[in-house]
Amino acid sequence: MTLRLFLALAGSVFCSAVQAGEVTVAVAANFTAPMQQIAKAFEQDTGHKAQLAFGATGKFYAQIKNGAPFAVLLAADDETPARLEKEGLAVAGTRFTYATGRLALWSKQPNLVDDKGDVLRSHRFDQLGIHKIAMADPKLAPYGVAAMAVIKKLGVQANVVPKLVQGDSVGQTYQFVSTENAQLGFVALSQISLDGRITQGSAWVVPQSMHTPLKQDAVLLNAGKDNAAAHALLKYLQSDAAKTIIRTYGYALDH
Amino acid sequence: MNLNAEDFQAISLTLQLASVTTVLLLLLATPVAWWLAHTRSAWRAPVASLVALPLVLPPTVLGFYLLVALGPNGPIGQFTQWAGWGTLAFSFWGLVLGSVIYSLPFAVQPLVNAFEAMGPRPMEVAATLRASKWDAFFTVAVPLAKPGFVMAAMLSFAHTVGEFGVVLMIGGNIPDKTRVVSTQIYGHVEAMEYAQAHGLAGVMLVFSFVVLLGLSWFNRRPHRHATRHQKAGA
Repeated sequence: MTLRLFLALAGSVFCSAVQAGEVTVAVAANFTAPMQQIAKAFEQDTGHKAQLAFGATGKFYAQIKNGAPFAVLLAADDETPARLEKEGLAVAGTRFTYATGRLALWSKQPNLVDDKGDVLRSHRFDQLGIHKIAMADPKLAPYGVAAMAVIKKLGVQANVVPKLVQGDSVGQTYQFVSTENAQLGFVALSQISLDGRITQGSAWVVPQSMHTPLKQDAVLLNAGKDNAAAHALLKYLQSDAAKTIIRTYGYALDH
Repeated sequence: MNLNAEDFQAISLTLQLASVTTVLLLLLATPVAWWLAHTRSAWRAPVASLVALPLVLPPTVLGFYLLVALGPNGPIGQFTQWAGWGTLAFSFWGLVLGSVIYSLPFAVQPLVNAFEAMGPRPMEVAATLRASKWDAFFTVAVPLAKPGFVMAAMLSFAHTVGEFGVVLMIGGNIPDKTRVVSTQIYGHVEAMEYAQAHGLAGVMLVFSFVVLLGLSWFNRRPHRHATRHQKAGA
């Protein structure tokens, strides 16, 4: 009896020691805050540890292509994971959309941005004190592509384009607006909202119908093919616990 | 080579930025270096350290402070708004300001060395010949320190061309205003346009090598130069 108990205990200790792995994850910059929280919960619930690296998806792509040891990529788009899979750098059939980003037009100043984005139609930018409007570079960031689509859809290119400044990612775009070097900017809703409320300034949450959905896909990379922790993390991202956190930060989940 | 119109625009902007920065730096660094080379003040060490700070600070620190300082609530931003220039972030002159700070030690140090190597004698001799201080400075000190000026100019220019982090943080990537070669390369790499990245990166590599090669050739000459001047002066 005591021997069996001992063996069972030893067995479980042994097993958990084998199971508690580590996974290195490349995370899109806009997903920084929710991912930190998810990683904490993931560690508590599964014993696995997730090492997070945050950055621009394009940079991660270049690094992965050149042998970076990431096991999982949480991209800011759905193209990069598909591309990695096609190029044989990611495990086929492991892609899924972990979150859908929401775009917001944001200003540090209260009351500057109305809830329809009409401020962009204004012909009095100078009187309103709007000298610069920030967005992510459409060449580099899906949030930039979405912002450009919104500007075109509103038909305000002529007014807005001369005022544009571009961040290399939505993270840098946020810096420009939060330091008020740009008075307006298209940022990720996840950067400025918590629990469904805009944390400071004023914002217009752009309807998703105005741009192609900001689908953010996850994929298992070759380096993580045999890593139990990597598999567990991908599963965990689709759990209710993770989804609750993801929603808290203003992402949509349509699956 | 795979350079497109935007790449050439970036090259031309980079050369403009480096030229303006170099001229301003020589004007600013000369009095600072002169003072550092001659003063016995207790402020010498703190000022020398302050000038050398950009050598060791990561560009992200400079860029971050500049972004905050240039903003409407920052000290520089408040001044430029008061002066009626608006705010400087995302403008060519914002980059000039950043570059001047970033490359300051590269202009000051060669000049300090040149002024110190000159010693007090030439200026004393000029004074006994009743040359005014300014006259002596321009007709005696500047020619004697010429190698220092050339080196300061070349280093400032090359270092500004190679600037990246500060521009990235305060530039905003505006074509023809703030999109320089280094940020254009970064954009190509991030956008996975590796062929274009290679083209521009190759240009940078060759340019930097040529500048350094020119500097080391030039560095072998000043001895002959200085002795000739001294003979002429003696």
